[in-house]
Amino acid sequence: MTEFEPKIIAFVCNWCTYAGADLTGTSRIKYAQNVKIIRFPCTGRIDFMLLLKSFGEGADGIIVSGCHPNDCHYTSGNFHARRRWIMFRGLLDMLGIDVRRIQYSWVSAAEGFKWADIVNSTVNTIRELGPYTEYEKVAGYLEKEANQ
Amino acid sequence: MSKIGVFICHCGENISATVDVARVAEAAGQLEGVAFSTDYKYMCSDPGQTMIKQAIKENGLNGVVVGSCSPRMHEPTFRKACQEAGLNPFMCEMANLREHCSWVHDKSEATTQKAIDLVRTLVEKVKLNKPLFSIQVPVTKTALVIGGGIAGIQASLDIASAGHQVILVEKDPSIGGHMSQLSETFPTLDCSQCILTPRMVEVAQHPNIKLMTYAELEKLEGSIGNFKATIRKKAKSIDEDLCNGCGTCTTKCPTKKIPSEFNTGLGMRTAIYVPFPQAVPNKPVIDKENCSYYQKGKCKVCEKVCPTGAIRFDQEDELVELEVGAVVIATGFDIMQPSGFPEYGYGKYKDVITGLQFERLASASGPTLGEIRRPSDGKIPEKIVFVACAGSRDPAKGVPYCSKICCMYTAKHAMLYQHKVHHGKSYIFYMDIRAAGKNYEEFVRRAIVEDEVNYIRGRVSKVYEENGKLIVKGVDTLLSAKPVEIEADMVVLASAAVANPGAEALAQKMHVSYDSYNFFSEAHPKLKPVETNTAGIFLAGACQAPKDIPETVSQASGAASKVIILFSKDELSRDPLIAVVNRSPAPVFSTCVGCFMCASACPYQAIGEELITNRQGKVIKKVAKVNPGLCQGCGTCVAFCRSKSIDIQGYSNEQMCAEVIALLNHE
Ligand SMILES: Cc1cc2nc3c(=O)[nH]c(=O)nc-3n(C[C@H](O)[C@H](O)[C@H](O)COP(=O)(O)OP(=O)(O)OC[C@H]3O[C@@H](n4cnc5c(N)ncnc54)[C@H](O)[C@@H]3O)c2cc1C
Ligand code: SF4
Ligand code: SF4
Repeated sequence: MTEFEPKIIAFVCNWCTYAGADLTGTSRIKYAQNVKIIRFPCTGRIDFMLLLKSFGEGADGIIVSGCHPNDCHYTSGNFHARRRWIMFRGLLDMLGIDVRRIQYSWVSAAEGFKWADIVNSTVNTIRELGPYTEYEKVAGYLEKEANQ
Repeated sequence: MSKIGVFICHCGENISATVDVARVAEAAGQLEGVAFSTDYKYMCSDPGQTMIKQAIKENGLNGVVVGSCSPRMHEPTFRKACQEAGLNPFMCEMANLREHCSWVHDKSEATTQKAIDLVRTLVEKVKLNKPLFSIQVPVTKTALVIGGGIAGIQASLDIASAGHQVILVEKDPSIGGHMSQLSETFPTLDCSQCILTPRMVEVAQHPNIKLMTYAELEKLEGSIGNFKATIRKKAKSIDEDLCNGCGTCTTKCPTKKIPSEFNTGLGMRTAIYVPFPQAVPNKPVIDKENCSYYQKGKCKVCEKVCPTGAIRFDQEDELVELEVGAVVIATGFDIMQPSGFPEYGYGKYKDVITGLQFERLASASGPTLGEIRRPSDGKIPEKIVFVACAGSRDPAKGVPYCSKICCMYTAKHAMLYQHKVHHGKSYIFYMDIRAAGKNYEEFVRRAIVEDEVNYIRGRVSKVYEENGKLIVKGVDTLLSAKPVEIEADMVVLASAAVANPGAEALAQKMHVSYDSYNFFSEAHPKLKPVETNTAGIFLAGACQAPKDIPETVSQASGAASKVIILFSKDELSRDPLIAVVNRSPAPVFSTCVGCFMCASACPYQAIGEELITNRQGKVIKKVAKVNPGLCQGCGTCVAFCRSKSIDIQGYSNEQMCAEVIALLNHE
């Protein structure tokens, strides 16, 4: 059996973390291929339904990352995102999603090393947790119900 | 029907060395809706762009994805190319195959697969892109320059001479910055004041420059072309219009024992003071913290002696609102207090001083009138030890970077000392001599050869006092590899240049990026050294990184020219990536329910109300409406809206969802 390769999606803001990940590149720091980035203007833009959608579409883990507190390009988008995350985190348990599958962090445009660290540590965490299958199980069950 | 063109760049070998670019182009070609797909060595080059333009025309493409470097690098390039071929520029997206893929992974199947995934994701996004049109906004042709050191002075003069209004804000009572404290300047040894003071006067007299000293930025709102700045004018406790600068108050003030900031604590000043004789403006301020009247309620001597009745004890801070189109940050640097290095004995022994203090001792306007005298007993030192890199290049206790100016000013200090005290002996402990710059190496050579300064390669391990002498223990790692001990009369530490203590707070007020040392970050390390990541805000001088005067002045003129370019047009086009509230057909007109959650979330107060009326003119509904002039496109409102009525162009709910699905699903 081949080793489990986690699928991880990263929601990052354009100004800090996207630029930070660019710096990881310009500094030629290597990290795992499993994480792929989707660019948002600001973490405040991230509708957390997209996180659930991601799990539904087969993600095993998610990274959400933006500017450090007080550094938001738009003043306060990251504070809204943080508040949303605190609310959302509490609901994950109920949904049967291990909270460790979502890594919420701040990476500035100057933190190329930190981005690589976050990617690698998230990949390791998700490797240990194994594939996310709960959704498929539920979806499969619902389908069966519907067919009966 | 989508007809997307995909263009995969090799970036020389930057991408193609680890990503199989031909396979990426081939895989993209098979995606639904992709009508054209190819790869090429340099997409951003002229032939590369021509290739894109031709493909658009020949295949009637209605969307383009370029798989190359970061969009932060070349998005404008490719969008412009599309526009030139008649395609709306916002129908072009970039997949970041270099910074986010080829540069961070080794060559492997997984790397190529990731590149394919990224391209597919953007293809799915671009299918949902809509043609957008830039927003035209008027430009306020007034610049705000923050910081009145040589950087701020140069930038202000350049912008003002091009015919635009400048507001120069300086936190101290006078402009001039560190340069006004220097004695003579490397590499020519001309007197700092003599070259600076005329510039300061020019600023004060320029009809286009409004100078605000003893003032600081309180708040900055708005965006490029149209910022609104709030400035706090700290109370000076004098009426500047009445004061004629006679200086009677400063001579009569009984509170005389306040260490002078300008003289780095080596001299004293009064509570009502002008920081130095050539100050601009040459009018005093009262330092409330040290004034007897403000502290104890008694004195008012200055008020009694002032011939024009200009003293105002009841003056309060004033907040001034200004409309400006561009901002130049020129807040300079600070020097690290060497108290974190107990081995050097700074703070413990009076005759261990910093380089900046040495400047004051060597300056003709300084506390010793330019004679090099020890702070402890006023004697002329016979032997001085200079310690370079006292804090720089020291990741453990200081800062890891090189402060860049210290090698040069230490050579200068030793030279000035030798010129003033002919029989004196000077020693410099150094790690390397970094003298890259026009005539810099020659300058250091002169110090060694003509002025017989002794350079010792090695570090100082301890400084202690014995019989009125400072014993400096170090090691010579170059010639003898033996310990050295020097009995010195004075020790001068080239302490590290660091960011201003207020830099971080200022960056946060203005929403510009700063690095881990709190120096402001330029938008691109090579190609955009004077821009910040925030459009319309520019950088000049040592606030970006330690710099000497020639470099500071060039950068300041660079920043000024960017402002002048911005002001050369009456209108500015802005990206239309902003929020809009949907418009469904009558009789609903919008799915917005009027909860105004979005308005409470918006950091820019960009959301207002719109009343929807029926044919009889009766209001049937109140919905949200975005002011395109104020919206910055953060999208915070979008995530808040419960009825999905507000969306952001270019990052719409539909687009983001399509990206998620595309990224996670591959056959
Ligand atoms: C000991 C020493 C010797 C040196 N010798 C030489 C030399 O011989 N030759 C040479 O080329 N260079 C020399 N330099 C370097 C030189 O001092 C700098 O290059 C120069 O001062 C940088 O100018 P600046 O305007 O960027 O910053 P600064 O001189 O630091 O000026 C910044 C100004 O901004 C103001 N400010 C700060 N924060 C705010 C705020 N929030 N709001 C409003 N105003 C603010 C400050 O009060 C100050 O007036 C030396 C430096 C040192 C420390
Ligand atoms: S949050 Fe949505 S529904 Fe509420 S006012 Fe704003 S646009 Fe309308
Ligand atoms: S996107 Fe929404 S929240 Fe952000 S500035 Fe525009 S209207 Fe305000």
